[in-house]
Amino acid sequence: MAEIELRHIEKSYGETAIVKGVSLSIRDGEFLTLVGPSGCGKSTLLRIIAGLEAQDSGEVVVAGRCVNDKRPKERDVAMVFQSYALYPHLSVFDNLALPLRTRRLSFAQRLPFVGRALPGRGGIEMMIRAEIEQAAAMLDIAHLLHRKPGQLSGGQRQRVALGRAMVRQPAVFLMDEPLSNLDAKLRVQMRAEITALHRRLGVTFVYVTHDQAEAMTMSDRVAVMTSGELLQIAKPEQLYRDPEDLRVAEMIGSPKINVVSCAHWTSLGASLPRGVHGNTAYLAFRPEAVGIAAPGDGRLSGVVASVENLGSDIFLNVALGEGHGTVVVRTHPDGSRSEPGRPVGLQIDPACLLQFDSAGMRLRHAEQIEAAA
Amino acid sequence: MTVIEQDRPHGFAMKASATKGSGEHGLGWLAVSPALLLLVGLLFGPVAAVVLFSLTDWQLGSTVFHFIGTANFKALFSDPTFWKALSNTLIYAAIVVPGTVLLGLVVALLIEASPGLRGFYRAAHFLPVMSTMSAMAIVWGTMLHPTIGLVNRALGVMGISGVNWLRDERTALLALAVIGIWQGFGFAMVLFVSGLKAVPQQLYDAAAVDGADGILDRLRFVTLPMLGPVTMFVVILTAKRSFEVFDSVRVLTQGGPNYASEVLLHRLYTESFDFLHMGYGAALTVVYLAIIVLLTLTQARLLDRRVHYS
Repeated sequence: MAEIELRHIEKSYGETAIVKGVSLSIRDGEFLTLVGPSGCGKSTLLRIIAGLEAQDSGEVVVAGRCVNDKRPKERDVAMVFQSYALYPHLSVFDNLALPLRTRRLSFAQRLPFVGRALPGRGGIEMMIRAEIEQAAAMLDIAHLLHRKPGQLSGGQRQRVALGRAMVRQPAVFLMDEPLSNLDAKLRVQMRAEITALHRRLGVTFVYVTHDQAEAMTMSDRVAVMTSGELLQIAKPEQLYRDPEDLRVAEMIGSPKINVVSCAHWTSLGASLPRGVHGNTAYLAFRPEAVGIAAPGDGRLSGVVASVENLGSDIFLNVALGEGHGTVVVRTHPDGSRSEPGRPVGLQIDPACLLQFDSAGMRLRHAEQIEAAA
Repeated sequence: MTVIEQDRPHGFAMKASATKGSGEHGLGWLAVSPALLLLVGLLFGPVAAVVLFSLTDWQLGSTVFHFIGTANFKALFSDPTFWKALSNTLIYAAIVVPGTVLLGLVVALLIEASPGLRGFYRAAHFLPVMSTMSAMAIVWGTMLHPTIGLVNRALGVMGISGVNWLRDERTALLALAVIGIWQGFGFAMVLFVSGLKAVPQQLYDAAAVDGADGILDRLRFVTLPMLGPVTMFVVILTAKRSFEVFDSVRVLTQGGPNYASEVLLHRLYTESFDFLHMGYGAALTVVYLAIIVLLTLTQARLLDRRVHYS
């Protein structure tokens, strides 16, 4: 049970700043995901929490205790790695037992051959065995305990890695892209299993991923990072509906949010919607906030460039005109079909229109400010 | 076979498709024939010749020889010098193999742990491997000289009176073993360094989080197991090299004093080329080859299972 507090964490390698003064507090028992493009510093931040990397400045506080000068094993954290990092020469059982043995057995008791004869070891080993069997049953790997990691499939290795993190009952689980080595189907399955594990254990999870779908589906809150900075931290649905930053809006959601600059908007002959601020530079809207209408009437309009039918939804890519990009429109399969080449007008729900200034910061309508307050 | 089929000339392809099974079979033999010829010419042929000679009384330079059955082998196995040479070789290997592996590993770990000058240290420790053993043996000979040698002088400074290392029955083999380790550990070191570079950092990270972050724990749970395949290779290679120790023995001790440093390969050379007993030498070679093959096979069987973890 632990909350984590990061205060002004900075880290650079030589000249390159990787983490630029990130402050973040993670609640006890929360599932928090750090999401961002590769190289944004999310993994480094996780390694700083784990103690595998030392920050240049700033504080890491776990359960009210500053752990800056604590070694990884003293921080009461467990970590799951992208490559699983199982010990290839040890059986699954011994892999799971290692973190328990290093904690509970003395150095002498851990010696090969000699250690076994020492008093006290037998009892501890029996307890360890019982705990491992319990964890293995929970993860459905009980039948694999005698095997070596090399004989397991990717998904099974992933479970063993989870088990190794779980057995010592840490206060914090750290996960560094744990699903990115799995195939798509298994990834979706493991996503659900990890969330279920989080619910069952009730401890703090910090999860790093570049996959916004993982971030959206698994987390209590998501922290979005870009080039070493924390852009926004919020619940998944809030990040989607109410992003603070244009980069957040673009990173979350698939297909990507449509962004049209005000200059393009007017140069295409469309009138700006009501309630647009004077210093709004970009207007953004989700594919589902757009409807197809007849062209003209001051609407943004373009030509259907391509149609993607996903079964449940149909996405239309509408080209706005030379050099003005495309807009993705989500339509229902039961609605009227559009063929490529057909000119269409875009009907945008004004309540779902997001405004950003030239620096990419969010500007709000009066009613949105009311709603947020 | 698919690659070969693509490269097959047109006419040949027609013929092969007509009698597909046997055609492909013949093609296979054709493809391996260069390697096969070389193997037969350079390996199996000479070995067969040696086996043949071991059954004769041929003397080097003589134009006639007679088959004398297993007389050479009988003479060999009843010769105490042979047994002395064999046991010396085993003792030599028993010192040199662990010594080389340990020293190579320790030096590799130290070099990889030190922040600077890695290239220099690596090159410096690799120098003995590159040098010619017979020349280096002369240098060792002067260093181990009882009166003017560096070793005994250094010992003298510390108040210890050294012995005549290469002329003393108790120390001759040991001195040769030390020279053997000196010559071979650089090679082991280079192999270990490359093995160390291949150890994934995430395993060290996992060990740190799991609480195995002391030097010994890291070695035991990550470094040494991950170096398993390299270690197996180094052990087999060093064992083979210590069984073929010759240069240093020939230059420094000629197997003496009183056969105290006699080894198999030197025995073989002396019998064949000093005493010109080619038949006897061939019998010795056959035994030597059998030992080498047996050694490699057992090691590979035993170790392979323990170092590739799947």
